[in-house]
Amino acid sequence: MERPTSNATLPPRRSRGPELPKTSTGIRGLDEITRGGLPQGRPTLVCGGPGSGKTLLALTFLVNGAIQFDEPGVLMTFEENDQEIASDVASLGFDLPELVAAHKLAVDYVRVERSEIEETGEYDLEGLFVRLDHAIRSVGAKRVVLDTIESLFAGLKNDSILRSELRRLFRWLKEQGVTAVITGERGDGLLTRQGLEEYVSDAVILLDHRVHDQVSTRRLRVVKYRGSYHGTNEYPFLISADGISVLPVSSMALQHEAPLERVSSGIARLDEMLSGKGFYRGSTILVSGTAGTGKTSLAAHFLDAACRRGERCLCFLFEESPQQLLRNMRSIGIDLEPWVGAGLLRFHADRPSRYGLETHLVTMYETVAAFKPTVTVIDPVTNLMTVGTYADVQAMLTRMIDHLKTENITAMLTSLMPGQIDIERTETAISSLMDTWMVLANDPVDGRHRRGLYVLKSRGMAHSNELREFVLTDQGLTMRDAVSDPRGTPDVPNTLWEGRDQHAVA
Amino acid sequence: MQLLEDGVPLVPPAGQTYRLRLYVAGQTPKSVLAFRNLKQICEEHLHGHYEIEIIDLLQNPQLAQGDQILAIPTLVRRLPEPIKKIIGDLSNTERVLVGLDLRMGQ
Repeated sequence: MERPTSNATLPPRRSRGPELPKTSTGIRGLDEITRGGLPQGRPTLVCGGPGSGKTLLALTFLVNGAIQFDEPGVLMTFEENDQEIASDVASLGFDLPELVAAHKLAVDYVRVERSEIEETGEYDLEGLFVRLDHAIRSVGAKRVVLDTIESLFAGLKNDSILRSELRRLFRWLKEQGVTAVITGERGDGLLTRQGLEEYVSDAVILLDHRVHDQVSTRRLRVVKYRGSYHGTNEYPFLISADGISVLPVSSMALQHEAPLERVSSGIARLDEMLSGKGFYRGSTILVSGTAGTGKTSLAAHFLDAACRRGERCLCFLFEESPQQLLRNMRSIGIDLEPWVGAGLLRFHADRPSRYGLETHLVTMYETVAAFKPTVTVIDPVTNLMTVGTYADVQAMLTRMIDHLKTENITAMLTSLMPGQIDIERTETAISSLMDTWMVLANDPVDGRHRRGLYVLKSRGMAHSNELREFVLTDQGLTMRDAVSDPRGTPDVPNTLWEGRDQHAVA
Repeated sequence: MQLLEDGVPLVPPAGQTYRLRLYVAGQTPKSVLAFRNLKQICEEHLHGHYEIEIIDLLQNPQLAQGDQILAIPTLVRRLPEPIKKIIGDLSNTERVLVGLDLRMGQ
């Protein structure tokens, strides 16, 4: 009889050939990174340190299979018994006993206690094979999880028998045609303590759990995936009440659409400055300025206008609570409350220090996915920068902005600058990602503060380069006619003019 | 069998019947050897005080889980309690006797 493993001994397919069949994990993001899931009918090694989420990932794979894809599964656990496992994952909303009762899942707890076992002479692990085979047949399993088979090394003395039996086991799993996930504990200088990667070599996924500045971040990397393309970066992943999700880095290439449609800023005279029509839909707008220059007010106008058009708006707040913002905006005549009531506007307020950047990123990503806004405001994006290093922040924002662009979401980010002097220089971390950049300034002139606004850049449109004065009234933000800068001529580079008919390119 | 020659005292079975289970998976050479070794040891040390039950997991795979069988062959001493397990072809009589509590381990 021809073994299904024969494929494994063939030379790897050339890139022209069709990709290997894959089994969807149902884990958002992971299927994207692996271009469809785990190699079908083959074992995948998932390794990581203690608490890195190996077991949860493996179980999610099983449960999703049983529930979403009509693929029953077998869980063979070597460390925790059925009840422990069931209660571990109950918090994710998985009801293992119910799946077992419905014959969609079989659980076998393998307990090996070295002190209880005397070894004499030759043996093999046929008992393990029999149990696994029995479990697979009992539910017609298509998916198998072995968690964590390395425990056997602690229970049995004869390493060489164990190793040859494990090799036989993984070969046997392939012959059964089941898609298997084998978990392994991260070892010193090795992916797993016992070097399981030597036996399970079709696909290897590495999980990592780091704590930096008291903030923990989980990451996932596909170390190896034989016969398939895969993303090679580290991707943040999150374990939340909704289960596991992995955040794919932005689209791999710059291929966002560049719509020609324009959206109003909500301030007619500001639209005028933006070649008379406002922002491009799907573009990213940075509003920077020192404290009290009116950044949030500008954003509120933008949100109000979008809601008036019936668009869904999502507003991330990293400084104020939604109530504070609503109250403050009411004082300048912008009442956003009805939009909240109508379900068009949603706030998501978080303390930046609450999690690491990656978690913020995942949370924002998920909130966007759940609410499906067409307009998003992040106020202020600079507060996030306190959470990570310069490079981390840039990487995170690149991903976020990339994602928003892909979804054609118009995004306005406000940026709080510590001082006026170097506004244009200090924001290099993010300004290159922006399509439109507006600067708000606050200058003491003739014994009072005058607020000014200018458009530093706006890709793909002939924008004004004047400094305009504006006032915050109880009717909102009102622009005045062009003023000359009290400091002299504003140094607005004209080189960003990219032609009236060009559209925004990311 | 010159097992008793080193003078280590045999722990007496105290009149109790030893209930032993030998788990195998088909008639493999290892299983056959294990059974032959077991039979011999029992005849020599537990004559008349033992029962051996052979369980072939290929016919009764569901029985593997209960006794936590992993290795084949596995000998399980079900009585007297506590349960003891000896894995392998039982070719080292000394270790089998230790495993069955018939001889003090060193």
